[in-house]
Amino acid sequence: MAGHTRGSGRPNQWSRNLNAKFASVPMILTAVVIFLGGTIWTVVYSFTNSKLLPRLSFVGLDQYERLWAAPRWLMSVQNLLIYGFFSLVFSLVIGFVLAALMDQKIRFENTFRTIMLYPFALSFIVTGLVWQWLLNPEFGIQSVVRSLGWTSFAFDPLYNSNIVIYGILIAALWQGTGLVMCLMLAGLRGIDEDIWKATRVDGIPMWKTYLLVIIPMMRGVFITTLVIIASGIVKVYDLVVAQTSGGPGIASEVPAKYVYDYMFQAQNLGQGFAASTMMLVTVAIIIVPWAYLEFGGGRKRA
Amino acid sequence: MPEIVAFNTIDAGIEPEAEKVQARATQAGPRGRKPRRALSGRNIMIYGTLIVVALYYLLPLYVMIMTSLKGMPEIRLGNIFAPPLEITFEPWVKAWSSACTGLNCDGLSRGFWNSVRITVPSTIVSIAIASINGYALANWRFKGADLFFTILIVGAFIPYQVMIYPIVIVLRELGVYGSLTGLIIVHTIFGMPILTLLFRNYFAGLPEELFKAARVDGAGFWTIYFRIMLPMSMPIFVVAMILQVTGIWNDFLFGVVFTRPEYYPMTVQLNNIVNSVQGVKEYNVNMAATILTGAVPLFVYFVSGRLFVRGIAAGAVKG
Repeated sequence: MAGHTRGSGRPNQWSRNLNAKFASVPMILTAVVIFLGGTIWTVVYSFTNSKLLPRLSFVGLDQYERLWAAPRWLMSVQNLLIYGFFSLVFSLVIGFVLAALMDQKIRFENTFRTIMLYPFALSFIVTGLVWQWLLNPEFGIQSVVRSLGWTSFAFDPLYNSNIVIYGILIAALWQGTGLVMCLMLAGLRGIDEDIWKATRVDGIPMWKTYLLVIIPMMRGVFITTLVIIASGIVKVYDLVVAQTSGGPGIASEVPAKYVYDYMFQAQNLGQGFAASTMMLVTVAIIIVPWAYLEFGGGRKRA
Repeated sequence: MPEIVAFNTIDAGIEPEAEKVQARATQAGPRGRKPRRALSGRNIMIYGTLIVVALYYLLPLYVMIMTSLKGMPEIRLGNIFAPPLEITFEPWVKAWSSACTGLNCDGLSRGFWNSVRITVPSTIVSIAIASINGYALANWRFKGADLFFTILIVGAFIPYQVMIYPIVIVLRELGVYGSLTGLIIVHTIFGMPILTLLFRNYFAGLPEELFKAARVDGAGFWTIYFRIMLPMSMPIFVVAMILQVTGIWNDFLFGVVFTRPEYYPMTVQLNNIVNSVQGVKEYNVNMAATILTGAVPLFVYFVSGRLFVRGIAAGAVKG
């Protein structure tokens, strides 16, 4: 583009466009040193037996074997799978249904949108603490329902290790569905009005139009949303820390928390690096096929 | 890249009405919307559902406020949904000025001011650097620029946990590990992908003639940036600011990892107050503290309205 415009012979390759290069130093350092270098560093050190300090004494796949034998890691992975599956399904379904309702040319659309989206402005810590209080079995929803006369009512997900991950899911959905609704609504607004007219003329019921015409047309929006939700799921950390601190016992541990605890509390860096490398692999499994599908046919300029 | 798509779709969602109205106006035949009965079954269903959903979303906020205005005896006896019989602001005062974390009993105010001292410089530095990056990428592309940019964008998807420890080492070598400066650098680093993308796309959308004319007049890299690009791009700077202020204020992980306890941001301190194992739990103080921590992003959200939607749509991938 610009910068190559002046063609006075062949000036020194380096002095050309010098200001732009100079201004890009922070970006280049971030990209190369932190993102690329840091990632490679972590992966390399995940094959060492680093404890308190990183040390380059390789032990092969030792850390990974230990990782996949650790009950806490297995619990974390299981939780992430349950949490991930349900939060994907629910946030897509709820988000889409809400967006479809909002798209019926309703009044007070802005008010509804504001209400549904405000939890997204709050941090996971705030979200987790509010729901910790609402789900408190002594004072929260359970006690209110019991005081209404249904004395055997039990709803204490945060204190029941079998269902604690669903307690976290409730809070996460409260926080995140508003965003999904907004993305879906934007997608619906992008659909041509004529499609609706055509289906109305043909007498196709509305739910069928949504299911067979609109949703397939919104493929791109769905995939984008899916990637956004999925990469958020893998990172889930603060919410668990605030709501349950991983408890009761290890029942609500998640991989991101496993990494943090092993790196900064248990002084077992090798385990932390191996676990974070597993997170990286997970994200790659989500991102690479999507990037391939989306950008496979030549690079598009945005 | 999901950010771009999301950003554009949101844009499409924000101002569709004008076009639709125009489309309708150009058609022949009866004009205006078909008259509809206000209380049709369909409407009852739609509004009923939306109102129930809205109540569900508002419920936690309502409970938070109610709980924070009650005394502990009333909380022990009563039900969390009931409004307070006797309104007291004691919990708010205590949360702000004397709630304890460990041995410190100076309340959330310390965390609040720490968060201010973190958020303000981090927002300014990250936006300054990212906007210049975006400008260089859009108007002054040099050899290899696209490669670095691609690494940056791919890096946005890498879980933070993968890069945390190498950053600890780098900051330690620089002598800023544990300080506010270190945390500001971290926020600048992790804000960079999304902000650079935001600015690059915006600058690339500005008319190129403008840039060329300035070049012909002999303006250089910095002159064009400060005299032309910056004044023309205020909206995108506001979007970036909203994104950064809420994102940095809400951060927890970086605060825990990269600062010493005396610099802990508000979210970390809040979590320490509420989830401390010592002492009697004071739910009213906890809820007052929680509202106080959420107040800043909520304020930004309600004031900025649709710009916030643009910001988070662009930054959704950051969460």
